[in-house]
Amino acid sequence: MSAPELSSRPRLAVGCRLNEKNQPMRVLHMPEKALRLSGPSLEIVERCDGRRTVQEIISELQEIYAKAEPKKVVDDILGYLARLHDERALDFVSDEANRSAGAK
Amino acid sequence: MTSAAPTPLALIAELTHRCPLHCVYCSNPLELKHRADELSTEVWSRIFREAAAAGVLQIDFTGGEPLARPDLVDLVRAARDAGLYVNLITSGLPLDEARLDELIAAGLDHIQLSFQGATEESGNEFAGTKAHAQKLRVLEWLKSRRVALTLNFVIHRRNIDQLPEMLAIGETSSAGRIEFANVQYYGWAFSNRENLLPTRAQLERSVEFLKRSEERLRGKIHVEFVVPDYYGKYPKACMGGWGRKFILVAPNGDALPCHAAQIIPGLHFDNLKDRSLREIWEKSEAFQKFRGEDWLPEPCQSCDRRSRDFGGCRCQAFLLTGDAAATDPVCSLAPLRPKVDAVVAAANGPAAESLVQPSWIYRPNPV
Repeated sequence: MSAPELSSRPRLAVGCRLNEKNQPMRVLHMPEKALRLSGPSLEIVERCDGRRTVQEIISELQEIYAKAEPKKVVDDILGYLARLHDERALDFVSDEANRSAGAK
Repeated sequence: MTSAAPTPLALIAELTHRCPLHCVYCSNPLELKHRADELSTEVWSRIFREAAAAGVLQIDFTGGEPLARPDLVDLVRAARDAGLYVNLITSGLPLDEARLDELIAAGLDHIQLSFQGATEESGNEFAGTKAHAQKLRVLEWLKSRRVALTLNFVIHRRNIDQLPEMLAIGETSSAGRIEFANVQYYGWAFSNRENLLPTRAQLERSVEFLKRSEERLRGKIHVEFVVPDYYGKYPKACMGGWGRKFILVAPNGDALPCHAAQIIPGLHFDNLKDRSLREIWEKSEAFQKFRGEDWLPEPCQSCDRRSRDFGGCRCQAFLLTGDAAATDPVCSLAPLRPKVDAVVAAANGPAAESLVQPSWIYRPNPV
């Protein structure tokens, strides 16, 4: 597992998406499987929109989970993002790739 | 005692048994459903909504060839509107770029494209029609489109030595997953079994090659390999357990616990035109029959593995022993394992490696 760069922008990979908000249980759909999401895992995945950076996601979650130890929040988020990346559910878009895509 | 029904996770929608291919190992039943018996768009759409309400997360459109249904785009949209993750299992044959774009716009999440071989010649032999070149065209179209792709190579004795060439096709495509699935011996494959079961030497070579490939492609492409269970020590947890995760709906609306269940004599299957999906899933005789562990025979009943494999496959037990409630005879602990050993021994006999052209029994098309 490799931790993502703080400046990269995680985005759900092709074929992966959150189910609709009105469903009784929130899941991350992936080809051939689905992950149940609740609490922090849902808060993280909802923010993997290709716009927010890893650092921004961390800051937002530290606000939501203000009572948790900030370092632990960072570790949990980085670990979870790396795991989703290993499962091919996430792409980490680097700032450079974003700029060159924007320049086109 | 009957067990409480778990939540179904996936709906396998066999939209039609019509198919441009005539594969010698087709998983469809020997008795194919006719076009006139197929469900309408409206009934399917109701089934999708009922499935989602019962907890189903994913729908697999399959067949036959689902693209043979002119209303497939509408069905994809209806499934997506119901809140399902939409997977299309296809040969890619009756497809062009415009229809592909319509399917994606309607909400198609994932395509599983099947391949019968690595080359034009072998692909066409096993499919009984010219199909390979079109599949390669579909792969090209998919490269520029945002939809997940799995390639599914159907493996058996006469193409298992083509794995490197098959993998090369996968690596130059946009696939995130490549499955090498050995044929399972039901339906048409059971009829052609002696020509399809690989030899032990072939299997060992292929496992070794795929292990290396899996390592090399880790993080890029997920490689999956399904070995023939005749060579296994323990049975597979068929369908993840009977009536536990999957509900399969046949083209005419019959609700089945698996693709082959209709071969089991005496089982009555309820039809979704008459009863709701939840009612059938929870209460119907067919889904209750082998659900859970209470019905298990010995040696399964006292076996530590019973919660892992649920006694194996009911259809295979019936095909090989004549008793659907027997321990799956591929299990090394099964009293009737010698029946499987005999088939494996024949496949590895002196004539086994000779490549005499087999006389295939091709699956026909229903009217």
